[in-house]
Amino acid sequence: MTVEKKNWPLWEVFIRGKQGLNHKHVGSLRASDSIMAIKNARDVYTRRAEGISIWVVPSNMISASDPSDEESLFEPAQSKVYRHPTFYDVPDGISHM
Amino acid sequence: MEKVDNKDLEMKFQQKIDQDIKIEPNDWMPDNYRDTLIRQISQHAHSEVVGMLPEGNWITRAPNLRRKAVLLAKVQDEAGHGLYLYSAVETLGADREDTIDDLHSGKAKYSSIFNYPTLTWADMGAIGWLVDGAAIMNQVPLCRCSYGPYARAMVRVCKEESFHQRQGFEVMTKLAAGTPEQKEMAQDALNRFWWPALMMFGPNDAESKHTEQSMKWKIKRHTNDELRQQFVDVTVPQVEMIGLKVPDEDIKWNESKSGYDYGAINWDEFWQVVGGNGPCNQERVDARRKAKENGSWVVEAATAFANKRMKKTA
Amino acid sequence: MTIKEALFKYILRLGDDSLILGQRLSELCGHGPILEEDIATTNISLDLIGQATLFLEYAGSLSNETKTNDELAFLRLEKEYSNVLLVEQPNGHFGDTIMRQFLFDAFRLPLLTKLQESKDKTLSSIAEKAVKETKYHLRHSSEWVVRLGDGTEESHKKIQDSLNTLYRYSHELFFVDEADALLKEKGIIPELDDIKTEWTNTIKDVLEMATISLPMNNWKFEGGRMGRHSEHMGYLLAEMQYIQRTYPNMEW
Repeated sequence: MTVEKKNWPLWEVFIRGKQGLNHKHVGSLRASDSIMAIKNARDVYTRRAEGISIWVVPSNMISASDPSDEESLFEPAQSKVYRHPTFYDVPDGISHM
Repeated sequence: MEKVDNKDLEMKFQQKIDQDIKIEPNDWMPDNYRDTLIRQISQHAHSEVVGMLPEGNWITRAPNLRRKAVLLAKVQDEAGHGLYLYSAVETLGADREDTIDDLHSGKAKYSSIFNYPTLTWADMGAIGWLVDGAAIMNQVPLCRCSYGPYARAMVRVCKEESFHQRQGFEVMTKLAAGTPEQKEMAQDALNRFWWPALMMFGPNDAESKHTEQSMKWKIKRHTNDELRQQFVDVTVPQVEMIGLKVPDEDIKWNESKSGYDYGAINWDEFWQVVGGNGPCNQERVDARRKAKENGSWVVEAATAFANKRMKKTA
Repeated sequence: MTIKEALFKYILRLGDDSLILGQRLSELCGHGPILEEDIATTNISLDLIGQATLFLEYAGSLSNETKTNDELAFLRLEKEYSNVLLVEQPNGHFGDTIMRQFLFDAFRLPLLTKLQESKDKTLSSIAEKAVKETKYHLRHSSEWVVRLGDGTEESHKKIQDSLNTLYRYSHELFFVDEADALLKEKGIIPELDDIKTEWTNTIKDVLEMATISLPMNNWKFEGGRMGRHSEHMGYLLAEMQYIQRTYPNMEW
């Protein structure tokens, strides 16, 4: 995975609080690498509280289930988390996309 | 492979909303719902970030160490709120930097209150008390909005927001009870921020074309005028309590509606400021655009470094 | 010089370094290269103002006229501030800000770590609180020095230039006078040579990873500790002291 273009990639942040049992999804942020992502997550989502566990995952690495299994919608069964334009690589030379 | 029936999807979508079931990022949603939310949430995010500037203006001149620290913490919170909101808008398929570029080009809007200058220390009190107060009034109902990530961002924001209003009110209270110069400073700030604070709730309901659909989709839970009335009713007693005067000759308690009647808003001024002719529109947008431009070499450097490291470990 | 007088001078230096650097960083609010960095910078500024508040409160209690921390922060004459010249240098571009921070953090961390063992209980407890924050500051600034040094050609040049300019101000961090000698003798402050060794090693390691090098120019700027500041200090104080000077003797 190369860091694309000029913008830093998107990371999803999961936090387990001091007394917590598991990691909870709290939001996302931009960072150029995982070290920065964790540090930024600590600043933004925990305000540096201690005893907290932080997981960060590049957003385009997450696979999600289809939200409504009863509906037979014409959607792929395993879509990307959300339809973010940067999750999809476009070959060089293609413009207007 | 069944054909997708749009009308059926829309009906099920509206049913979810009516039953207060949250819409999540991967759910089907009408294009208009998605577009409206992208505009509304990014505007909200821009407001938080631009809102750092009028207050940031006074951090270096705060009158004592405690006030300096509190103002720093408040402005830092606002940056954090901006981040929560940009994070929410990205779940809708919008690119945060694209929305930010729209802000810098003038294409995207932000709350027009931040186009007013902060001229004295008392403005810090007025902003915390009135501007954050108005924002809270708007944000609390949004904690129940239909779109999951936005609602959850609002819950997080609201938790941190009450300190903002309290510290502003404390600043104003202290000034109003201080020396004649301080009291005058406080009254002057109130005079300058009162009407712009009322304008924060947007145009009259009659002029507000999006309201009906937004209320149906529960991305707006109260009308502009409802919130504005609530704000006046809550704030007028606070003004009186600290010994200042509301800069509105027409403020009068109306027993039959159990609320205050208040004077006419200068809608000319509202539309001028929204349209770009406020005292600070140019400066605010310039400051944000310059920050990004001056910092682009930093962003590029971090990207280049990350790529080098990745090649090494590959 | 009595111990109390020496301690007053020393604590004031710690407080002034924190205060002036915190003030400089607070100028950056809303102007950082990216929102996440704005939060990080404000965090550091807040930590430093917090440290200044504690150090200046303690110093105030040691002074002859028993001043409050606000009186010390906002009402002294320029020549009475004893911060090093390094911290009053302007923010410049992001590289300048980071390099100034890095040179400072690499000094403060070993210093505060050792001050936790000071025979002076108040000083050791303030140091204990400040150490955790400073570890974080140093990680932040050194990670950025490396990213910028080993990033693009442009960032490499910029951060090298920052180092060339600011390195000349870093030597003043190791200024000692009779106050330091007296306090060291009493076990209140550590041996500064040990701090310097750690500082030098940290600088060396980080610069190597950043692929930048120490400048040839080893000139040593000093004067801050003696109250002889750069031209920047006057403007910085004019802004910081504005309200207290314009509206004297009021409560805020």
